[in-house]
This record gives sequence, structure tokens and C-alpha cells, in this order.
Amino acid sequence: MANLEIRSVSKEFKTGKVLDRISLAADNGEIVAVFGPSGSGKTVLLRLIAGVEQPDEGTILLGGRDVTDRAPETRGVGMAFQNFALFPHMSAFDNVASALTAHKVPRDVIRAKVEKVAALLKIDHVLQHAPRELSNGQKQRTALARALVAEPKILLLDDPLRNVDAKLRYEMRLELPSLLKASGSTVLYVTQDYKEAMALGDRIAVLSDRNFAQIDRPAEIYRTPATLNVASLFGDPTINLMPVEPWTSSAGPKIGIGGAELSLPPGYGHMAGNACVLGLRAENILVEDMASPESLPVEVVAVTPLNERTLLLLRTDDGREILASEAGTNEAPRRHGPAFARFDAEAVLLFDPASGRRIVPQSA
Amino acid sequence: MEHVSLPERVVRGFLIALIVLFFLFPIFWIFLMSFQTNEDILRIPPSLFFTPTLSNYSALITGKLVSTAGTLDIAFMKNLWNSVLLSTASVFIALILGVPAAYAFARFKFRLGEDIAFTLLSFRFAPPLLVLLPLSLYFQQLGLTDTYIGLIWVYQLIALPLILWIVRGYFEDLSPDIEYAYRVAGHSWWRTFTRIAIPLAGPGIAAAGLLAFIFCWNNFVFALILASAEKQPVTVGALAFVTASGIQYGQIAAAIVLSVAPTLALALYAQRYLVEGLSLGAVKG
Repeated sequence: MANLEIRSVSKEFKTGKVLDRISLAADNGEIVAVFGPSGSGKTVLLRLIAGVEQPDEGTILLGGRDVTDRAPETRGVGMAFQNFALFPHMSAFDNVASALTAHKVPRDVIRAKVEKVAALLKIDHVLQHAPRELSNGQKQRTALARALVAEPKILLLDDPLRNVDAKLRYEMRLELPSLLKASGSTVLYVTQDYKEAMALGDRIAVLSDRNFAQIDRPAEIYRTPATLNVASLFGDPTINLMPVEPWTSSAGPKIGIGGAELSLPPGYGHMAGNACVLGLRAENILVEDMASPESLPVEVVAVTPLNERTLLLLRTDDGREILASEAGTNEAPRRHGPAFARFDAEAVLLFDPASGRRIVPQSA
Repeated sequence: MEHVSLPERVVRGFLIALIVLFFLFPIFWIFLMSFQTNEDILRIPPSLFFTPTLSNYSALITGKLVSTAGTLDIAFMKNLWNSVLLSTASVFIALILGVPAAYAFARFKFRLGEDIAFTLLSFRFAPPLLVLLPLSLYFQQLGLTDTYIGLIWVYQLIALPLILWIVRGYFEDLSPDIEYAYRVAGHSWWRTFTRIAIPLAGPGIAAAGLLAFIFCWNNFVFALILASAEKQPVTVGALAFVTASGIQYGQIAAAIVLSVAPTLALALYAQRYLVEGLSLGAVKG
């Protein structure tokens, strides 16, 4: 049974509609990363679930119980706010303990629980400090500890790594999944960093244009994005997008790019004659010095070495620019000048230019 | 601060000294006057050298004003007590009513909210004499003339708007997320208000309370019209020093020193809380 369920929830502010009849269900112990560009309503969604905001319509169920009209203190969720929202007049210890003091927990139990979670988050040495004496990373961990300490069934984390420095962000990205799994809570993790969403989420819910564009496992979102928008939100560099018009030949569907003919998987045969947008990720383009069947002539315009890989900016004969990446362990550094690019036909994605939806290949 | 050049520092010091002299000299002079006899005070030219006397203070404290025309009873100590009672009670009631109201105005949008808040503020810029005449008639009918309750009630016109508007600003500066965080942690609305909102707005509440206390303490007209000698505060009581045998400058000076002392002590005591409040801030913007 779903531990957390949102049914057709809408929320409108004076500035316009933020969420339009969105639905989501998360199981016990599942981590759902809510991903979307800033201003897409991710935070509003968390605040609706926490009870800090009221939905205009729709139902929110926590643990099978309808809490839509219930006050925040009765919902039993843990929440870490993006701006930390620590209580400035209390020590870090009292901040963390505040999640327990509401429930008549004996004092020594509170102390034990706070110290346990503090040790886990490595803030045990600053528990007596006031929030203003803490570094940003410590503040963030304190806020996280406050959300975790009561072992809530539902944990809402609002971009907790946004305000911390890059080093700590990497560390936390490694530590958080096991920490959250150990808590056993259903976690809604809001982020606008796709790598964070991929690293932490069992599933990713992509929020864009007031609704979820796709809710799926990270690998599926990356490999088979539901829309053009989702495809371009995930991946660094951004996915290459090119307008194409497939036709059918005796050897199956084909497309033309830069004067070369490339074969598509047979499942796309039904798209012959329709304008499409082709999407291909940089790592699915192989750049070679020699021509081979189905490769197209390109010119390497720019080379950006990034240590573990190298980014190449290619220009086709008809002036299109394509980004390719290759593993950077190569012997000889890649040079500017003419080369040949080969597309991995299996990784090609086609989108409908009008709706932006991905075209699903038909099985033979 | 360490980059201030020498001439700039000299000029700055000079200007500050000038301002301090301008504002503090009258107080200093009154302080000297309170230890002088009427003859010393009225001597021309005035002198800094005199034989200090405590007669002014002893007259005030014993309540017996001895002059060439005979002995006069003055109720100065009683007046001082009245001032303390009226101001303290007024501020106390204004805080109880004003702080929750300020919170409501800061946090909730409700119908006519702004209008109500503005009406309350308008009490501050209406001249007191405007309301005094009808008020004194009503008070006679209600039997509130010359009662502490009546005066405290009227003093709400002074204290309540002040507290409401100052504290409202402090509540508005608090991030609502801090309060939400406490509620999400399982605490009721009321606990959040008393444990989070009030402590965090504490410096503002202290400042507003202090200001309201001073305004109440210094009020003159309300008590002049609505209270008799039995209930009047020091501001009105000081009129008693204008006697048939002349104005008792020495006693007036001593009375001023005594009546300034409580507010001064309160301000000095509250000062550190006012400063402390400004350095709070654990929310990243």
C-alpha cells in the first residue's frame, strides 16, 4: 500500500497556477526525487504535503489517512526546509530535540536519540552551539537531523544540499542514500540538480509545466525520456536535438543528416514522411578519423578536455552543431579538423515536434 | 572604523560633544538645581558654586513643603506611585492585547485587517483634546472619572497603537518557515506562538513596551482632565509647586530628577536586550 498518496492536487497563487491536478504515490521506504527547474512548484508540493499550505483541490493521504484538512502538527511528517529554518534562539541540540519534545518523550530518551542522529550526521561536537555559530554545512545537517530524529514515516527534504559547498554536497550525495534507506521512511527529495535526483531517487518525478512530465526509475528517465523537455533536463552536456524527416528504404527507415544517410531501428518505420526531432546524447556519438558505413563527415570545431572525458563540438556539412563526448583516456589528444561521426542507432530517440512527446518505436 | 583619518576623528568627536552638550546640559542643570535653594537658583548671575542642600528632596519625600507663607501638604510620593501604577498597568494590558493582535496583523490576511490596523494607528495622530471632552462626559456617566481603571483604559490610546505597530514589524521580519518548522515537528499553534514567535520578537516587544511606558509616563492632559489629586501622576502633580508664595524651582527640579529616574533606569536595563535582538539571525535568506 502506498504510504504517501496525492490525488489530483491543484494549487493556485495570485501569480498563477503552480500545480494542476497532479498525482503521485510512494511506497513504504521508497525515495522519490522530485526534480524540476526552479519555480516549477516542487517546494509548494512539499509544503502541501506538510500542511504548511492548503491545496485548492485534491486529496492528500499519508499512511492511508486523509490529511488534506489536518493541521501540520497532526500529520507526523519530518521536513527539512531549504532555508534550514533553524530556531535561532535555541542550541543545535534543542533544535534537533524539538521534533521529540512535542510527544512527551522522557528526557533521557530524547538525549539518547538526539545524540545518536547527531553522531550519524557528524554534528555531535557542535550540539551546544547556537545556529549562528554553525557553518552552512552544519546548519544543513542540523536541519536534517531535526527531520530525521523522530523517525517519521514520511520525510520531506526540500533541496537540502542547495546551500552547502561543493565538497560537502558530494560527500552528502554519497552518504544520504544509505542514511535515508536506514531510516525506513518514505522520502520525497526535492532537487533541481539532475545528478542528485539520479543518485538519490529510487524513482524520479519530473515536475514541469504544473504537472509531472514523467515518474520513473532514473535509468528509464535517462534512456527513454517521456518528452523533449525531460530529455533536455537530464544529461550533461544537454542532449543533441536535430529536426529530421525519416523515409523508408528497402533496408528500413532512414534519416539524412549532413548529406549522409543513417539507418534507424525498424520500429520507427511508421514515422516515414513525418517531421520529427531526433535526440541523441553526446556519449552515443563515436568520432573517428576514418570514414565507415553510416558515418557522416564532420569538422571538429572545439575540444574541451574534462579529464575523465573530452567534449567535442562537431559541425556537419550543412552547418548543424553536435556535441559528442569520448572517454578521455585516449593516447593522442583529439585535434581540430575533419573527422567522421557515427551515431549509435539503438540510442536514437525521436520526438513529436508539436507535442514534445517521445515517439515509441513499434515492435515488429 | 580603523580607517578613519585623524582630522575626521577630531571633527566627529567635536560634533558628538556638541550634540551631547545640547541635549544633556538642561538635565545637568536641573540636577544641580535640585540641590539648591530657591535663592541660589534665582541669583543673577547663576553660579556653579553653592552649598548643596537636600531640603528639596526631604520636602518631597516627607510631603511637607515649608515656605515663607507656611507649610503646604504635597502628595508627590503618592503621585510618583500613581505614575508607576498607571504606566505599568497600561503597558502590561497593552502588551497582552497588542502582541497577539500584532501577530494576527502580521501573519493573517483578513477582511478589513489593514483598515483596523490603520484606525488603531490613527489614535496616535488625533490630538488628545479632540477626544477628551466627549470622553470626560462619558466617563462621568460611567463612573470612571478619577479611577485607575478609567485612566488605564484611556492610556490604551497611547500604548496600544505603539505596541501594535512596532511589534507587527518584528513579527513580519520573522521567517514564517521557522514557525512552520516547529509546527511540522508536532507542536500546536499556541506553543509555536509562545515558544518561537514571542521569544524571537522579544527585543521588539521590549522596545515597544519601553517606548509605550515612557509615553504613558509623560502623559499630561488625560490625567489632568480625568483624575483628581488622589489619582494623578507626577506630570500633573508638579503643578502643585506653583504656589501662592511663588514657584518652587528647587522642588520642581528635585521632582523632575525623581520622576526621570525610573524611566532612565528602565531604559538602561532594557538597552542590552534591544541591542542583542539585532544580532540574531540564523536563517539563510
